[in-house]
Amino acid sequence: MSRQANRGTESKKMSSELFTLTYGALVTQLCKDYENDEDVNKQLDKMGFNIGVRLIEDFLARSNVGRCHDFRETADVIAKVAFKMYLGITPSITNWSPAGDEFSLILENNPLVDFVELPDNHSSLIYSNLLCGVLRGALEMMAVEAKFVQDTLKGDGVTEIRMRFIRRIEDNLPAGEE
Amino acid sequence: MTVHNLYLFDRNGVCLHYSEWHRKKQAGIPKEEEYKLMYGMLFSIRSFVSKMSPLDIRYKLHYYETPTGIKVVMNTDLGVGPIRDVLHHIYSALYVELVVKNPLCPLGQTVQSELFRSRLDSYVRSLPFFSARAG
Repeated sequence: MSRQANRGTESKKMSSELFTLTYGALVTQLCKDYENDEDVNKQLDKMGFNIGVRLIEDFLARSNVGRCHDFRETADVIAKVAFKMYLGITPSITNWSPAGDEFSLILENNPLVDFVELPDNHSSLIYSNLLCGVLRGALEMMAVEAKFVQDTLKGDGVTEIRMRFIRRIEDNLPAGEE
Repeated sequence: MTVHNLYLFDRNGVCLHYSEWHRKKQAGIPKEEEYKLMYGMLFSIRSFVSKMSPLDIRYKLHYYETPTGIKVVMNTDLGVGPIRDVLHHIYSALYVELVVKNPLCPLGQTVQSELFRSRLDSYVRSLPFFSARAG
């Protein structure tokens, strides 16, 4: 099994239509497979999580970002480096909680939802929920919550993802060594 | 100058991969136990390192850790200088490219990929400080 030579740190260019249509086909198929919106939302989150745990390694390999010292730094890296690298957009960071453990990512435009309109029979579908799963998986070194609080697909002016820090997860000793 | 061996651990202490090139002595214990001991030692060393300078030892242990807890440990003889870029290359161009980005390679367990093993082996053998003659 051979592989092409390592392409270094550049991104491969890909048609954004292909990406949007692929994501749409995925959501559509999940809707057929699961029949109710809540289950689809869960599956999207789960798939996103599995993507996130791998994506973070690619991100670290390419971006040379070190360990973040606090959640504010994490927010900056997510919005200004990671979103830019993978989706070509830079969300803004707003609405910090007084304790500094919650913030919002505001996406003016969301590449996943180009061409998409939610039909009436899928009003509780969180179409872009994969993103929340990716964020949780990528931050596997800490437990975080990520959820959509505004969605342009539902008529809101912007798309807003609320991120909440729960706790850090320390490295583990191998099982049986405690 | 030469390279003795290399360990790749994840954040849960699972040994993802082990290769050796020039190792003068075997440990006399099963490999699985050696991996656990190595990881246990690294875990302890990490807590020391922040408080005091490292001990002088007869080989050099080169250590590279990512924020996700992936640890690359390469042991060489004393003639080898700092090799952060080498360890970073093993992480980014080999582990991430060939294992993480392959959806058919499960994470959190020993890497089965023959491609990874052989590419890593070729890379280490190509290093300027790798010599076929040990010591």
